[in-house]
Amino acid sequence: MTLSTRPGTAAPASRPDPPAPRRRPRRTWFPYLILLPAVVLEVLIHIIPMVTGFWMSFVELTKFFIRRWTEAPFAGLENYRIAVDLNTPVGQELLSSFLVTLGFTILVVGLSWGLGMAAAVALQRPFRGRGVFRTLFLIPYALPLYAAVITWNFLLQRDTGVINHILVEQLGLFEDAPFWLIGDNAFISVVVVAVWRMWPFAFLMFMAGLQSIPGELYEASAMDGATPLRQWRAVTLPMLAPVNQTMLLVMFLWVFNDFNTPYILFGTAQPPAGDLISFHIYNASFLSWDFGVGSAMSVLLLLFLLVVSLLYLYFTQWRKESSHA
Amino acid sequence: MRRRTLLSAAPLAAVTAAGLAACGSGSGGGGSNDSPDSLTYWASNQGTSLENDKEVLTPVLEKFTEETGIEVSLEVIGWSDLQTRIQTAITSGQGPDVLNIGNTWGVSLQATGGLLELGDAEFEALGGRDRYVPAALATGGAVDTDPTSIPLYGLAYGMYYNVQMFEDAGIEPPTTWEEMVEAAKALTDPDKDVYGMSLAAGSYTENNHFAFINATQNGASLNSPDGKPTFTEDGVVDGILRYLDLMQEHKVVNPSNAQFDNGTKSVTAFANKQAAMIINQNNANATIESQGMTPEEFKAVPFPAPADAVDDCASHLAGINLAAMADTDNRDGALAFMKFMTSPETQAELGKPFASLPVLVDGEPTFTDDTEQAEMFMEIYAERSAPLPLVPWEDQFETTVGQAMNSMFAKIATGGTVTREDVVTAMQTAQDSIRA
Repeated sequence: MTLSTRPGTAAPASRPDPPAPRRRPRRTWFPYLILLPAVVLEVLIHIIPMVTGFWMSFVELTKFFIRRWTEAPFAGLENYRIAVDLNTPVGQELLSSFLVTLGFTILVVGLSWGLGMAAAVALQRPFRGRGVFRTLFLIPYALPLYAAVITWNFLLQRDTGVINHILVEQLGLFEDAPFWLIGDNAFISVVVVAVWRMWPFAFLMFMAGLQSIPGELYEASAMDGATPLRQWRAVTLPMLAPVNQTMLLVMFLWVFNDFNTPYILFGTAQPPAGDLISFHIYNASFLSWDFGVGSAMSVLLLLFLLVVSLLYLYFTQWRKESSHA
Repeated sequence: MRRRTLLSAAPLAAVTAAGLAACGSGSGGGGSNDSPDSLTYWASNQGTSLENDKEVLTPVLEKFTEETGIEVSLEVIGWSDLQTRIQTAITSGQGPDVLNIGNTWGVSLQATGGLLELGDAEFEALGGRDRYVPAALATGGAVDTDPTSIPLYGLAYGMYYNVQMFEDAGIEPPTTWEEMVEAAKALTDPDKDVYGMSLAAGSYTENNHFAFINATQNGASLNSPDGKPTFTEDGVVDGILRYLDLMQEHKVVNPSNAQFDNGTKSVTAFANKQAAMIINQNNANATIESQGMTPEEFKAVPFPAPADAVDDCASHLAGINLAAMADTDNRDGALAFMKFMTSPETQAELGKPFASLPVLVDGEPTFTDDTEQAEMFMEIYAERSAPLPLVPWEDQFETTVGQAMNSMFAKIATGGTVTREDVVTAMQTAQDSIRA
């Protein structure tokens, strides 16, 4: 990247002198210098570990070699074969974890999007107490992750949790207190906690996006007799398309990779219904001491996310371009 | 910690590689004496809290400093973190000089090459092999190899019962599995939220112990003579089902116990009189008392086997081992420290607060003033305990079998049924997961 002269700084047209010949932008080292720390950190924090992880996926890095990891024997594609072999528990469990994570991601992103949008639209017009609501809605996003999720762990305990106290003792919805952290309900629990964590982000992004929509559009549509729902479909949604495009992709990547929520909520006793893939890979590597297979799983996950992201960008870009045509 | 912030697209690859890349490959084992005046010691949590451990250990470590001039920097690590911390330390070579390990991990950790091998020269510095109870020393390494850890605290399971509840119901302490189940049924009253037994049914580290003990009582082994897993053997499956049936068939365990992910939670239920019996290692005494029970209110008997059991095994050979890291910068100091910690004086001093059994052949139990109870636990430790499989995949046995039992307990607790076939399938899956 180089600095260039801005078009707005060209000589005024009224000046009598002939326009100066267009000069080539002068090459300068300054932009490179200010980029350097970021590039160095990016290489150290992301690129080298990723390349090393890629290499690890091709070696037999078990407990016998973790101390002399550079001497681990070459395994070819064996780690990948083990990871995807559906005839073995490793492959079956990875597939199950993948499907759980897919369902989790769709629900969390969808619900967070809906809640974020609803709250942002509801708070768009000024009213008394709007600031209080805005602050309240952002609390889950501002709370430290560990404190927030461990609190949910307490709330969701079967015998001592407040959730069951309300559902069973106060509302009488269940005869027997349900389990929320083991069995099939574990999926509902981890979705609820993740949505609680994620929706304020969508809310924040939508609030920012809504600021940029001119009020005249709403006034004009109101004069044409548009209902609030029609206004939302015809004005709000199209105008928020750029926000949506970026936000959905970012939320998808974050949620699909969510490690902390299941790790803190369930501890090491991960129920199959809450077996999210990042934590599954952690278990496969750290509990089994098989970093080769764990790395192969990570690379497969990376490829999946890369393909989905590229397809997403391709189609959203294509839609945008075709709509301009 | 770095490993817990997996937000990048390739979470594990990045994380593990970052850890590995940062440290370079480990150098050859053997340790050095580059820092002869200091030692770092990672202690496992033995007392009622991490703080309690520090309070107990600090004066002991000061004594060592007085004797040798070596400063000891202490860190007490909870059990939920210890294995991962050791793993990271071995991988990076940046760990402590001396550390505690669960003795069941002895062979698995030996296989990594990260712990200092204890050959003849090292044992000479430690005061000789003969000092230690042979079965306890055997947990320090695979058969016919130099061990990489020595026993520090001995532990054994016992079955604790509430004296008053037994007296009120007119029940004698059980001596067989069947008697235990009958007693538990008589003492269970779900309407009052009182159950015959409390189990840490959501703790894979506890569950795998009972898979082992019950299988051993049936005469079954978890590994073949050539070191392969044999989890689907009839005796193993029947033993696991017998344990699950305490909640499933006999209904003497509160289904909520399926969420108990550590032994302390069942101790709490016992101390709160919500359970008449718990099966716990002998260091539970301190925890039970810290939760409000007086020593007169509870007693312990051996964990019973069925009347027709092949073996009267009542515990796995439990305990804590002490090891030096292969990369230590104070090899001689580490060995001196290990000798000091396993000296008769230190053993006697730590035996009481940590409620541990002596690991020295001529050691006397100090963990309780109740001589009857002390003798009972010593007898279990010496006569009725067997070590978990002394194979490199032992750690994987703990996680795969223990987690499978977590899931089966969860299924029972949430209204499902676990059949014998389900246990066979779960054990087959666990066995197939192991890369021996």
